[in-house]
Amino acid sequence: MKQEQKHGKTYKFGMAIDLDKCTGCGSCMVACMSENNVPFKVDESNKKDSISWMKVFKLTNGKSFPDTEICYLPRPCMHCSGKDSHNPSPCVSVCPATATDTDPTTGIVSQIYTRCFGCRYCMAACPYHARYFNWWDPKWPEGMEKYLSPDVSPRMRGVVEKCSFCFHRYQEAKDKAYVEDRDEINEEEYQTSCTQACPAGAITFGDLNNPSHAIHQLVKPDPHHYGKPRNPKAFRLLERLETNPKVYYISEKEWVRKSGDNYLEGEWEKVKNHHG
Amino acid sequence: MSEKEKSTELCKEGEKTEGDSGLGLGVLFFLIAFVVVFLSGWLLFPKLLYSKKEQPFNFNHVLHTNETGSCDTCHFLREDGSYNGIPDLASCMECHEEEPMGDTEDELIFCEEYIAKEKEVPWFIYSKQPDCVFFSHAAHLKGKNSMECKTCHGDIGESEESKPYEENRITGYGRDIWGKSIWGIKKHSWDRMKMDDCAECHKEETGSQGACFQCHK
Repeated sequence: MKQEQKHGKTYKFGMAIDLDKCTGCGSCMVACMSENNVPFKVDESNKKDSISWMKVFKLTNGKSFPDTEICYLPRPCMHCSGKDSHNPSPCVSVCPATATDTDPTTGIVSQIYTRCFGCRYCMAACPYHARYFNWWDPKWPEGMEKYLSPDVSPRMRGVVEKCSFCFHRYQEAKDKAYVEDRDEINEEEYQTSCTQACPAGAITFGDLNNPSHAIHQLVKPDPHHYGKPRNPKAFRLLERLETNPKVYYISEKEWVRKSGDNYLEGEWEKVKNHHG
Repeated sequence: MSEKEKSTELCKEGEKTEGDSGLGLGVLFFLIAFVVVFLSGWLLFPKLLYSKKEQPFNFNHVLHTNETGSCDTCHFLREDGSYNGIPDLASCMECHEEEPMGDTEDELIFCEEYIAKEKEVPWFIYSKQPDCVFFSHAAHLKGKNSMECKTCHGDIGESEESKPYEENRITGYGRDIWGKSIWGIKKHSWDRMKMDDCAECHKEETGSQGACFQCHK
């Protein structure tokens, strides 16, 4: 029996990041941390200890001057769709506590802090290193507690956390739609914090199921191939793992697109033609 | 039968009778201990577990609904979809002024202690959910599946006196979340506000308990 979804339509929220526009300024990281009450420490030099839901990585083409090229790659949670409901994202399939699941109405992968008991199996499973463990209780500088967002519950030590695509913003947008007797939310009503903070406008966020949304026009997801981008300039990280991420990257440069996966010699030539 | 055999038989009988009375005492002791522990667990422990706090002053819902007409005069949905919950001082002051309107002692406290000093009333919220819970009043009040306040909140709208707020000393949650019945017996839909109670209704109404993020944050 098909389950009836009484609460409106089914979305598939996704993100496209134009790497040619990204300057690596880190605004998305800061915006994300303050939006989601991400804890920080005085000494953040130990990167195994620090938490950043959105993290900017630096890529290089490995060539020496004058051919050196640099590219910055922001990495949120990929919110993998997996192949189907029986083969969900790596983290969802391994969690022994069902502390993380895929929301069928939005496609967003949740993380329930009160349910998580900190085994970190999901962190081992995630091929994108998008999950972080709270080794310590958060310590906010005096007075900062008053500036925390009430829409996101702060985490305690011993649990895993990750990017939620600012799910609370979706909830707020939906509440507004309820009051205005609308069934759907509009594209601009639900945008993640990083999307809005990016000064270069490199991040596009929206519904991958809705052809009128900018992200759909940008990546042209192929519904018959698990949302694989039909735009030849777009790619997803570690595409061949079939995790089917909802985060897409766009670049004109071939070496950048090639860095989206680890290719053996000669392999890239075959794959790239598929894109073309 | 030799004498030796006789004596051993006697010994055995003696053991038997002694053993019986020992067992009887044991059973009695067990029953008494069971009743004592059982009663203290069910009657005394809940009293120790919950602290009782009085509201800053008594609030008469009947008096107010008679004046204003309905719940949503004070507890309303805002235009942006959020919920007003317990009204703030400014909302109260849309009607109340520094001079009491009626002649109750509680209004006098409200006027003197809070309106005159422009201080928010530190109400205890009976139905306050834990921090990890996202609850949307809009989703439950609007649309074709709209619900009545009473379904979850009971007949608080018909109360003349504010009951004391009972707080779980371990979790810090209100008594209304766990429910009054220590046996876990639920007679009305508003007796409890635990996750299972939400899920039960969700399953009935929408066909599924919903994904985690529907109600968690």
